[in-house]
Amino acid sequence: MSNNSIIEIKNLHKNYQVGDEIVRALRGVDLTIDKGEFVAIMGTSGSGKSTLLNILGCLDTASEGDYFLDGKNVKTLKRNELAEIRNTKLGFVFQSYNLLPRTSALENVELPLLYNGAVNSKLRRERAEEALIAVGLKDRMKHLSNQMSGGQQQRVAIARSLVNNPVIILADEATGNLDSRTSFEIMALFQELNEKGITIGFVTHEAEIARFTKRNVVFRDGRLIKDMIVKDRGDAKQSILDLKDDDYNFSS
Amino acid sequence: MKIINLLKIAISAIRRNKLRSFLTMLGIVIGVGAVITMLAIGQGSNESIKSSIASMGTNLINVMPASRNRGGVQQGRTSSQTLKEKDVAYLSKNCTMVTAISPEMNTSGQVVSGSNNWPTSINGGNEEYITIKKYEISSGRFYTAKEIKTAAKVCVLGQTIVDNIFPDGTDPIGQTVRFEKIPFKVIGVFKEKGDNTFGDDQDDVILAPYSTIMKRITRETYLRAIVFSAKSEDKITETSAEIEELLRSSHGLKDAEDNDFEIRTQEELISNFGSISELLVVLLGSISAISLLVGGIGIMNIMYVSVTERTREIGLRLAIGGKGKDILWQFLIEAMLLSVFGGIIGVLLGYLASFIVEHVMNWPVLITESSVVMSFMVCTFIGVFFGWYPARKASALDPIVALRHE
Ligand SMILES: Nc1ncnc2c1ncn2[C@@H]1O[C@H](COP(=O)(O)OP(=O)(O)OP(=O)(O)O)[C@@H](O)[C@H]1O
Ligand SMILES: [Mg+2]
Repeated sequence: MSNNSIIEIKNLHKNYQVGDEIVRALRGVDLTIDKGEFVAIMGTSGSGKSTLLNILGCLDTASEGDYFLDGKNVKTLKRNELAEIRNTKLGFVFQSYNLLPRTSALENVELPLLYNGAVNSKLRRERAEEALIAVGLKDRMKHLSNQMSGGQQQRVAIARSLVNNPVIILADEATGNLDSRTSFEIMALFQELNEKGITIGFVTHEAEIARFTKRNVVFRDGRLIKDMIVKDRGDAKQSILDLKDDDYNFSS
Repeated sequence: MKIINLLKIAISAIRRNKLRSFLTMLGIVIGVGAVITMLAIGQGSNESIKSSIASMGTNLINVMPASRNRGGVQQGRTSSQTLKEKDVAYLSKNCTMVTAISPEMNTSGQVVSGSNNWPTSINGGNEEYITIKKYEISSGRFYTAKEIKTAAKVCVLGQTIVDNIFPDGTDPIGQTVRFEKIPFKVIGVFKEKGDNTFGDDQDDVILAPYSTIMKRITRETYLRAIVFSAKSEDKITETSAEIEELLRSSHGLKDAEDNDFEIRTQEELISNFGSISELLVVLLGSISAISLLVGGIGIMNIMYVSVTERTREIGLRLAIGGKGKDILWQFLIEAMLLSVFGGIIGVLLGYLASFIVEHVMNWPVLITESSVVMSFMVCTFIGVFFGWYPARKASALDPIVALRHE
């Protein structure tokens, strides 16, 4: 175990009972992620990416094996301690956004801070606005979640994961519904956050997106089959600039 | 978590789901409103039965001749001739537990004034009769002991009679009316008493000295009844026992002989009609219990569905760091706000409905504080409990399980 590791999982299994059948979504995964890493979790649909991410985000528990978060075995933590960790240390972007319906972007982003007694309403508003500006929704703050496009909702969800200044951000297909330009913008944002020292776990099935991260791990049928460092790491900001020329060129 | 944050969360959740909040509240509004109205009707009738019995005098005791079987033929009460004026004299001298005593006569016939006539019955008593029967004079006067002694042809009219035989509004006092061809001078008019619970018009009454009726109309020497006012309502039983004993000795009855008279107290009347009114209260009570139950089930369903439907929201709140108790408090506060607000509207609705029942349908209603408090509390409790219970279940889930809930 390296001293620098923030996430360490050992022989992790996750089984789902579906009727008489047992679905083995994770079949013995070992993975260590150090502080400051930017990891893309890849694999085909159904390979267990979301399942792993949910466990890493303390939203779900493993059927077997251990998960050490910042040195602590998550198994030993109580519900309220886990809630505390989710509230202050983790930021989670769901595959399906999970915004509160008929609620403004600002209120959606403020939500995690409402559960943090240390943040007063003024600070809460400021930080929510900052987070929305960071994802490029400065002029959409008062819009209701159901009045926004899929990509905008995605960005509200990202802003919500940023608002509590997390140590780790876990994002499940955060660019799944976005065009390349917006995807690059989001990746630029993640790269920027990663520069600041935030550890990022990022599920994607797009190689084009994965090249902006520092490390790619690939899953198949609940097993980790490939773990590699990204060599020619892309610069998302530069990619946006490159796009400029053929912005309206749909042939590319 | 700060209470102000919880309040904010709860209020914004209510605002976000206006229709659902409205439906939840509707269940409570109708539940509370229905129960209050139902109980108001039940208690109103009960109260009106009681008070109209009381208006006849709860300390009233009636002694009537016993109807006796002679050779298997039942004789009507009027044909029994066991009560006489000397019984009244004897009782008024010896009875210690009554404040007033009067003979009673009564016969039916037409009362005529000019070209107007009205079928009714005339009652007779002595000068104490008016207090025993709880009539009051509104104009003129009641007849005097002297008029009783001389069998004077004077009478006092109830308002219904006045309205029917003096339709043009003539002051009846000093006028002469005829009852079965006997002219009576009107000396007074009674204050209106209205209908009693059994629908009898208590103002359809003519009172004259009993002696006048005995001597000039029925030509009998027997009394129809003797009426008493007992000193104390609590001692009705003792009082009737005393009357029974005195009358038996006055009639010279031997121990083995049955009474040749019958004593009736208002208490018996109350217990007779009381059992009817109790039946009514039980009936309406059960209906309102059922409507409370139905209302409660409605509230329960809506609360349960609305919380279950929001399992994903609960999952999200848990996922971003809400603790189980934060979720519980949110739903508890939401449920309380909805229930209390709905309850208040329900109380207003109950008052409104009772008002309509009272003024449009002319039913007696009585809203008691206890019925308001009771229905309000029951509905609020149901609302809060069934808002809280499913939320508690949901908040105990793994966040991801709650998030996946369909
Ligand atoms: N709640 C569940 N109950 C039963 N089986 C489940 C459940 N969640 C996931 N699975 C199964 O576990 C396996 C892994 O699912 P998972 O959602 O982790 O895939 P994924 O890699 O995220 O796929 P995708 O790229 O499509 O999002 C799948 O076979 C899926 O059917
Ligand atoms: Mg997935």
